[in-house]
Amino acid sequence: MIQVLAFYLFAITAVVSGVMVVFSRNPVHSVLWLILAFFSAAGLFVMMGAEFLAMLLMIVYVGAVAVLFLFVVMMLDIDFAALRGRVAEYLPIGLAIGLVLIMQLSFGFLAWQEVDAVRPADELSRGVGNANQLGMVIYTKYVYAFQVAGLILLVAMIGAIVLTLRHRDGVKKQNVLEQVWRDPKEAVVMRDVKPGGSL
Amino acid sequence: MTIGLTHYLGVAAILFVTGVFGIFLNRKNIIIILMSIELMLLAVNINFVAFSTHLGDIGGQVFTLFVLTVAAAEAAIGLAILVCFHRNRGTIAVEDVNMMKG
Repeated sequence: MIQVLAFYLFAITAVVSGVMVVFSRNPVHSVLWLILAFFSAAGLFVMMGAEFLAMLLMIVYVGAVAVLFLFVVMMLDIDFAALRGRVAEYLPIGLAIGLVLIMQLSFGFLAWQEVDAVRPADELSRGVGNANQLGMVIYTKYVYAFQVAGLILLVAMIGAIVLTLRHRDGVKKQNVLEQVWRDPKEAVVMRDVKPGGSL
Repeated sequence: MTIGLTHYLGVAAILFVTGVFGIFLNRKNIIIILMSIELMLLAVNINFVAFSTHLGDIGGQVFTLFVLTVAAAEAAIGLAILVCFHRNRGTIAVEDVNMMKG
């Protein structure tokens, strides 16, 4: 009973906040609704027994992606009211495509049958925690995919830095190389100043 | 009444359709479009995990991990492009993005 209650709590929260992401007038509110949607999805993940992914969702999305969105929304000086408008024009086509899509999804599920040849759960991973189970396969069976995921993150990091890095004139910056190369012999020069004279 | 696969798939389907609908509804505001894409990826993740639990196969959760990775990379790159574009043009309206038209 408590499970049913918890499921409907998380599911309804997720759906409502998902709808509010789309319909919210203020993009900052949209980001906050998105965070709520991710929170409730994490709750659903916990109910499905994927605790590790739930925590990951919390860290990656709520902790990083949503904050990134929030930063960009607040940093860019944009007139969001001008970006709205003509909603009514796109409403019919949006509704039509949504209807077709949900029909496709439900037909796809209704026509789906579980085949007999479904692989049984790995005997290896019986009776251990979820994070443990994942750890057993991602470093062995999926090790190349895991490496590629790391590579994607590296490329994304370098790409984001390269795209947003800007060199401005007139800004004094530390030149580490020059500092390291300084030599006390050249840095200090003894000058003999005559009385009454100057350099 | 127990909560089964169907319920989770229903939630995922509704979230996915909401994401698609958001792209159509806010087609001038690229930030909301990016958020809608995140919603769609979340729905896909729910589907993956639901089937993973239902079939007793951890592979679905592994692929959710990879989807999460790609989604994070996509958000970072997309927002970086957005910041870069806003710096150069002073706007992020989708219909103004025709600089690269051949």
